[in-house]
Amino acid sequence: MSDFDLTMPPEAVRPTPQLSRQGFEIRALQSTVLTGLTWLAAVLAAVPLFSVIYLLLAQGGSRLFGSDFVEVITGLPPAGFEMGGGIGPAIVGTLVMVGIASVISIPIGILAAIYLGVLDPHSKMANTSRFLAKVLTGFPSIMAGVFVYAVLVIHWGYSAWAGGIALAVLMLRTVVLAAEEAISQVPQRMKDAAYGMGCTRTQVIWKVVLPTGLPGILTGVLLAVAGAAGESAPLLFTALFSNYFISELSEPTASLSILIFNFSGMPFPNQIELAWTASLVLVLLVLMFNILARLIGQPKV
Amino acid sequence: MNAVAESVFVAQPYQAVGDIIIDCKVDKIFYGDFLAVRDSTVPIEKKKITGFIGPSGCGKSTVLRSLNRMNDLIQVFRFVGSVIYHGQDVYAAKVDPVLVRRYIGMVFQQPNPFSMSIYDNVAFGLRLNRFKGDMDERVQKALERAALWKEVKDKLKNSGLSLSGGQQQRLCIARAIATEPDVLLMDEPCSALDPIATRQVEELMLELKANYTLALVTHNMQQATRVADTTAFFSVDISHGGRTGYLVEMGPTKQIFEDPREQLTKDYISGQFS
Ligand SMILES: Nc1ncnc2c1ncn2[C@@H]1O[C@H](COP(=O)(O)OP(=O)(O)OP(=O)(O)O)[C@@H](O)[C@H]1O
Ligand SMILES: [Mg+2]
Repeated sequence: MSDFDLTMPPEAVRPTPQLSRQGFEIRALQSTVLTGLTWLAAVLAAVPLFSVIYLLLAQGGSRLFGSDFVEVITGLPPAGFEMGGGIGPAIVGTLVMVGIASVISIPIGILAAIYLGVLDPHSKMANTSRFLAKVLTGFPSIMAGVFVYAVLVIHWGYSAWAGGIALAVLMLRTVVLAAEEAISQVPQRMKDAAYGMGCTRTQVIWKVVLPTGLPGILTGVLLAVAGAAGESAPLLFTALFSNYFISELSEPTASLSILIFNFSGMPFPNQIELAWTASLVLVLLVLMFNILARLIGQPKV
Repeated sequence: MNAVAESVFVAQPYQAVGDIIIDCKVDKIFYGDFLAVRDSTVPIEKKKITGFIGPSGCGKSTVLRSLNRMNDLIQVFRFVGSVIYHGQDVYAAKVDPVLVRRYIGMVFQQPNPFSMSIYDNVAFGLRLNRFKGDMDERVQKALERAALWKEVKDKLKNSGLSLSGGQQQRLCIARAIATEPDVLLMDEPCSALDPIATRQVEELMLELKANYTLALVTHNMQQATRVADTTAFFSVDISHGGRTGYLVEMGPTKQIFEDPREQLTKDYISGQFS
């Protein structure tokens, strides 16, 4: 005999569950509308970047990627009614000053981050300097220029050094905060393991903490470099500008951002076109550093 | 007389039969003002496995980590007592804790491989000690003894973090034994392992015993009976408003489990088994 009670039809005991989607429920409608809105917001957020790149390509692309490529990249800026010319000195100047800034700010920034993240994270000193680095994040970049102007430029004149130092002041905060973040995310368990193997504190930092935090540190460094490459205000007071290739670090130096500023205000179509081209080069440079930062920062599995 | 002099329970000292490699005498261990462990004498016998058992929070890990000064990394930690290792007090002022840890290795409860390749994980300690011999051979031997070689031999270049939890733990054991430490401290090394891997690690411990000394914290009573030669049972004293751990009884594993001297031990063990 069966155990089932056959006197009762099965559907009377329990209705068949209704699992298929109900198209016109309020809940489903809300969900669709909200999803649509977030999608729209995401598109809107991307609009400025794409329109800037589109505009730059339209205005400066033909000059940069055309037959004049070599002249644009390596040539000197044209004078008044001269045709042709290029932005070579500005490209080199920007790279040199960003280089100086990197050489100064990256080692200091990473050392500071090691102190903040590993050596003494909760000391008064660490809390103070972490706070100051955060304050520096909201610091107007022109103030870095004014500061270096008052301290260095007044005595020794405009120079690539002064420009590089002003950029270093701005890069430092990004490097410190990003590197500290990366370093403090190295799990305590890993550090314990290293200590347990008989590592000194220095060995723990060199062999475990820095290698583990490296992707994060590099991301921070590259974002700082990208930011510095695009700065103009601090260079205005420190490196000024020059029409020639840099020959020593103690003379006024050209930079892309200042070239854009100068040439865009001129009444000559050739210069204005070059300003567009320089903008495109600058954006591509910054974009390249950002993309590199993304690639390196990707977690490896 | 006064409350302080009121007799507190202190375990009868365990008379070790063999050589004692680490003679640990805890007077008091503090975390800040908190008295975590008191009056516990735990001799670790050479080439034997000493098991630490007891309820959670009774200070097993604290005592174990005191043996190689791992607790020094906790700023508020303070140890009163002595840990005599080869005739030297590990806590003496002139002793370098870093060197202590090279001789007294450690396997942690949570697997903690470094974010580097499997090979580099195992070679880490060898490189640290400037090992000059055949690195590949030593790495392979350590992985074999940790019962991991078969699973990883074709992917030694992969990250140690790409392994499963149990594999990671065996990697950590391989890393710890690659340098052939004198003593190996293991804090619940099998809590992240499945029964098969647990068995493998237990066999490994029994094999290691031939050359090394092991101290093992475990919550698994069967594990203690399977591998430990000597067992130390700790408990927590909450009578004075604190939560202070102390040694209740230490002896040969068989005696502790079959014929415990203290009622507390009897209760704990029967509670676990029933
Ligand atoms: N870093 C620390 N700071 C402060 N107190 C601590 C610290 N580590 C442990 N303690 C305290 O010391 C006591 C003993 O802890 P311990 O970790 O040694 O216990 P345990 O016996 O290993 O427990 P479990 O079996 O749960 O691992 C507990 O009361 C715990 O709260
Ligand atoms: Mg523990």
